[in-house]
Amino acid sequence: MKTSRPVGIIGYGAYIPMNRLKASEISRVWGGCAEPIEEKAVASIDEDAVTIAVECARYAIKRAKIDPREIGAIYVGTESKPYAVKPCGTIVAEAIGATPHVTAADYEFACKAGTEAFQACIGLVSSGMVKYAMAIGADTAQGRPADPLEYTVACGGAAFIFTLKSERTLAYLEGSYSYVTDTPDFWRRGLEMYPRHGNRFTGEPAYFRHIIGAAKGLMAELGYGPEDFKYAVFHQPNVKFPVKVAKRLGFSMDAIKPGLIVPYVGNTYAGSTPIGLAATLDVAEPGDRILVVSYGSGAGSDAFSFVVQDAIMEGRPRDLPVSAFIARKRYIDYSLYSRMRGKIHL
Amino acid sequence: MSVPRYWREIKYRYRLIGELCTECGAIIFPRRSLCPHCGCRELEECKLSETGTVLSWTVIQHPPKGYEKYAPYVVALIKLDDGARILSQVVDVEPEEMRVGLRVEATFRRVREDGSSGIIEYGYKFRPIIEEP
Repeated sequence: MKTSRPVGIIGYGAYIPMNRLKASEISRVWGGCAEPIEEKAVASIDEDAVTIAVECARYAIKRAKIDPREIGAIYVGTESKPYAVKPCGTIVAEAIGATPHVTAADYEFACKAGTEAFQACIGLVSSGMVKYAMAIGADTAQGRPADPLEYTVACGGAAFIFTLKSERTLAYLEGSYSYVTDTPDFWRRGLEMYPRHGNRFTGEPAYFRHIIGAAKGLMAELGYGPEDFKYAVFHQPNVKFPVKVAKRLGFSMDAIKPGLIVPYVGNTYAGSTPIGLAATLDVAEPGDRILVVSYGSGAGSDAFSFVVQDAIMEGRPRDLPVSAFIARKRYIDYSLYSRMRGKIHL
Repeated sequence: MSVPRYWREIKYRYRLIGELCTECGAIIFPRRSLCPHCGCRELEECKLSETGTVLSWTVIQHPPKGYEKYAPYVVALIKLDDGARILSQVVDVEPEEMRVGLRVEATFRRVREDGSSGIIEYGYKFRPIIEEP
């Protein structure tokens, strides 16, 4: 998909809570042995998807150096809404001072809700309906105790502000591509606290089929091959999947390394691909082309091609990189984790 | 806190909006109907600084109703960089790491919630300033 007018990213910000739970601590409690990541980020007891979304939104505005009252749309992609009915978007809009002349809502599409919000924001900006549009992917993901998912489900998010391409934008969009089917690989029914998943079914017919479909579709539309991209970001539910999909699509480890944060942060669901893009933008140089492909169970992928612009250098080293949030950490044990994530009922 | 009261205070709690006394120039938080320093009633809204320095602090072990799940937590008197003084929880810090002079910045957190079905109250708290590694 191509926009009628060129669109770019003018600001972005990420946020990762400081608590870390080591995978070895989960193994100690439940007796597992295969640890898919090193450690994961855990929200404090007073943090949720809304507070994480507000944090990244504020960093994005700071980087963009814009008046929040000029933001015309705020969409929060999350599957961990604190309220079943009451939007996160309105709370974010109020907290950053964007109300009341703004459209705001929440998106739900498992781990790709954040990039689904990208698509909507890009369309609104390209059409001229709004000057700035903010898309956020933020989650405090849930995992049933002792489930293999518990090793990876994590908390964090990133926000991106889109506007028409100019010399002030940090990167511009070349095109996007969405690939969606009805694939029941992972779900959570209403009022259920934890999701269920199809174990090995989540791999080939779900993650790989959709990511490869979206990536190949976009590259065919743009006439590019993997050699045309300096960097690539793939949804990262664990370390194995994005490494494997990169190899199958012809991308090197060097291309995915800057955005591969899952070993130290975990799978932040709707925040996963956006944080990966933020980490890649932190190190990218003007002219670098970045392929971004999300994946959300249920299922679908959004693929984007961005080209980094000169303005990216202006924010360095002033703006906080993703690495600052990865480095800021305090380790917790399984007991404290259980308390923070509401697994203990009094 | 009632829902209407929470709603009325959203702007001040979410975005750290205080008041400036047009007579003596004092910055006041939370908002009041008259200046506590000179008694002037002409007060204008102003955005407070989001960074400051800890003047004093304590650890709350036995919290009031509604805050039980957060205990123990740190509460500090903070002098903001614009001169205003504010009482706030300080998060992402262990009590043994607290000290007078600690530089802190505003963050956005859950402050209290009305059980599992009531409103969730959000607002400012402070944390040690996040810096590049």
